[in-house]
Amino acid sequence: MAATNIPTNAHAQEAPHVQHHATGDHHDEHEHHEGNFLTKYVFSTDHKVIAKQFLISGIFWAFIGATLSTIFRLQLGWPEATLEWLQPILGSWVEGGKLDPAFYLALVTMHGTIMVFFVLTAGLSGTFSNFLIPLQIGARDMASGFLNMLSYWFFFLSSVIMFISLFLETGPASAGWTIYPPLSALPQAIPGSGLGQTMWLVAMALFIVSSLLGSLNYITTIINLRTAGMSMAKLPLTIWSFFLTAILGVLSFPVLFSAALLLIFDRSFGTSFFLSDIYIGGEALNHVGGSPILFQHLFWFLGHPEVYIVIMPAMGIVSEVMATNARKPIFGYRAMIGSLLGISLLSFVVWAHHMFITGMNPFLGSVFMFLTLIIAVPSAVKTFNWLATLWRGNIRFTTAMLFAIGFVSLFISGGLTGIILGNAALDIQMHNTYFVVAHFHLVMGSSAFFGMFAGVYHWFPKMFGRMMDEKLGYVHFWLTITSAYLIFLPMHYVGIAGFPRRYYAWTGFEMFNQFADLNAFISIAAILAFFAQFVFLFNFIYSIFRGRRATENPWRSTTLEWTTPIEPGHGNWPGEIPAVYRWPYDYSKPGSESDFIPQNVPYSQTVSSNLPYEKEME
Amino acid sequence: MIALGILLALVLLLVVFGLLFRLQVLTSIFSGSYSREIGLSNRVNAILMLVFMVVGGGAFAYSFVANWDKMNPPIASVHGAHLERMFWTTMLIIGIVFVITQVALFVYSYRYQYREGRRAYFFAHNNKIEIIWTVIPAIVMSGLIFGGWKQWTSITGPAPKDSVVLEVVAKQFNWMVRYPGRDQQLGASNFRMIDATNEMGLDFNDQKNLDDFTASEIHVPKGHPVLLKIRSRDVLHAVYMPHFRVQMYAVPGMPTRFWFTPTKTTDEMRSQTGNPNFNYELACNQICGRGHFAMKLNIIVDEPDDYVAWYAQQKPFVEQNPEVLANLKQNQAGSVEEATAAAPAAIEAKASL
Repeated sequence: MAATNIPTNAHAQEAPHVQHHATGDHHDEHEHHEGNFLTKYVFSTDHKVIAKQFLISGIFWAFIGATLSTIFRLQLGWPEATLEWLQPILGSWVEGGKLDPAFYLALVTMHGTIMVFFVLTAGLSGTFSNFLIPLQIGARDMASGFLNMLSYWFFFLSSVIMFISLFLETGPASAGWTIYPPLSALPQAIPGSGLGQTMWLVAMALFIVSSLLGSLNYITTIINLRTAGMSMAKLPLTIWSFFLTAILGVLSFPVLFSAALLLIFDRSFGTSFFLSDIYIGGEALNHVGGSPILFQHLFWFLGHPEVYIVIMPAMGIVSEVMATNARKPIFGYRAMIGSLLGISLLSFVVWAHHMFITGMNPFLGSVFMFLTLIIAVPSAVKTFNWLATLWRGNIRFTTAMLFAIGFVSLFISGGLTGIILGNAALDIQMHNTYFVVAHFHLVMGSSAFFGMFAGVYHWFPKMFGRMMDEKLGYVHFWLTITSAYLIFLPMHYVGIAGFPRRYYAWTGFEMFNQFADLNAFISIAAILAFFAQFVFLFNFIYSIFRGRRATENPWRSTTLEWTTPIEPGHGNWPGEIPAVYRWPYDYSKPGSESDFIPQNVPYSQTVSSNLPYEKEME
Repeated sequence: MIALGILLALVLLLVVFGLLFRLQVLTSIFSGSYSREIGLSNRVNAILMLVFMVVGGGAFAYSFVANWDKMNPPIASVHGAHLERMFWTTMLIIGIVFVITQVALFVYSYRYQYREGRRAYFFAHNNKIEIIWTVIPAIVMSGLIFGGWKQWTSITGPAPKDSVVLEVVAKQFNWMVRYPGRDQQLGASNFRMIDATNEMGLDFNDQKNLDDFTASEIHVPKGHPVLLKIRSRDVLHAVYMPHFRVQMYAVPGMPTRFWFTPTKTTDEMRSQTGNPNFNYELACNQICGRGHFAMKLNIIVDEPDDYVAWYAQQKPFVEQNPEVLANLKQNQAGSVEEATAAAPAAIEAKASL
């Protein structure tokens, strides 16, 4: 608002002789322009609108990603069944009622790409970093609203390209979401490595631009635009997690960009960064001297921090939601920040645990095993702190709180098996089996989704001025957590038996002839999980328009976003930005009448509840 | 017609759900439960937490036991037995942590549900317990790292000198196997020499290739270390032999290796599992294209004597495909006979397995 007023003022200063009423007219026109649908909802620089754009795009992508997984779960659950009824959607990919094996790989690839990048990076971090950073640190907007807008529209462009690639005749990228060359480099190897892979690489390059613009903005905003009194040690844990997530993104996404660039060179310009000694399609290729393993190093240098980029915002959201609804300070605030820092640091030095058996030097394997298992310690600390936060709380089961508790449960279940996979010796057997699939779907798939749901249910009133329906929320939660466990717990059994992932069917192997019934069971649970999400979709859309009206601070929370009007305009606070005096977790403080003291209440107003060291600040 | 009927039924069903939902919203407005901040549903959710833990935990335990045999296929290598022990020890440790933390999570959720008039305990931090639960995981992890590291270094260490050596080459979408023949040495290969006959790109300028033979299955002797030399000629693949706990990528341009010692013959395994058709299998475990799921190779573990006999019967590749030597110089063809003549000595060497 301030920025857009400048031209008006400048105009007035340049031409002081202009009649007052003319300036007024101009101003009116300007105001009218402000309300323009295009600038308000489409090309908006308001962080709240951009957050909603990311959220709605993320929900769209989540349904696409889930649909893809439902299709391949049908294939895995009932390999003999005919899928002819899918012909209207899939066309020639189900010739004769059988899903094409190459298209199966395309489904798996796109499911992974969409879920990891478009939903759990852009949809989760994009939504909540944008929405909460200015509101919770007490800023009128991001440091650069324009770059922020660009960040969304680069993401949008990337989404359009990725979406179009789904409809190519040769299929979208099919080399797995990790796009290991040479498979991803050679169209002779799989049809999806033709135009589909090219569009994948272009879309991801744009995605990385979007992510970098966003992350730089988040970091700058948090460092520079905190309101008076908001020291780093008074930031809500959400902001800490977004801050560190953005730093991880800035440091690791460029490496993926370089890998993508080199791959583009190999694919299109005849270089040999990743290719060597290849005979395919009846001819020996001219590439020598490259290393496919080099690509894996570059890819996982992003790829591993990426899983923390996905999970850390969820951790922040859960900490915040849990403290609010347990009516208790988060246990070990400083330990929580410390463990986030520890995770961020270690996440850069564990990447090669994805590569123990690639032929990499076994000594490197030992080093990465050591570093990988160390990262379990800060994760354990976080879990214990959440449990301690619940202990002797006074818990209100809002839908957001249910999802926060579900997050902790899934994070434990999925995180613990990481101790097996991080052990290089045990990884010899478990690598690329369904044990891995079960592990990461619990620890970074489902639990990040749960964090995202907790965030949506919790901040929906601030986003749309209305409440989501609690009863539907309960149904959504219980269906989702039940089906998530029904899918992924049995998947461990399949993995322990050694079933390889990315298999179109296991029927060709004697050693994989068991578990046909269990695979059908998993597929049924996956379909249940898919349909349960429509409860959420209905609730979300219905509540935007018809939900119960929200109050200013419906969860009785301490953080700054709840001091804004019910539907904050561009600039967030109509008057002065509130100053901050205390940490964000003064819940149920002894001596205080209310069971929460917002951050903007000075100590002088809470004499009865001040702790000894707070007395001096009165 | 039927599709239309189903569609209509679905639409009607959705309408019914919509109406029910609206009805529920209206009744809760009239009954006032919308304005009461914390109602019955808080209690219901708290109870559901307990129910979920008990029923879910019970179902998990039951299904785990019921599927125990299926998820534990028999193991047939020396290091496999060690790994299996370490796997289940680690599972036991994380299982204990799993139970403690999940029970705490759900029981606390139930136990500390909202009660009118109660106040949460203001408990912001406690250095002592925080140190305890940082140090204990660190110690446990150190133990696990040490165990894993010892196994890892011994498994990936150099193969014993007297190992049986064979080469596995991957291509879209099958496996090729080569044995060093009588001279016990694998000849050189070059991807530019690959053609329809010479699928592994053997370089016949190298004399060591002249006695090498290929096989349609892997044969290995029981109780003897086996060294796999692994190559790929097109994209990434992975040699995966679950019964032996063997897995290693096949990387174009970078030969890899893995060694192991089989402990049970195929016949022993057939009687142990009661399955007369049992076969050890090798699967591809790195996405490699449309036929990825069907890259299978059978492995036969023989008694050492049977293995030696089998080995002696195999004919060198060049003998079976004489045309590959056609464009090589005449004098080299002569040396084929020399190499073949050296046969008896090598067989004797093998017999000492």
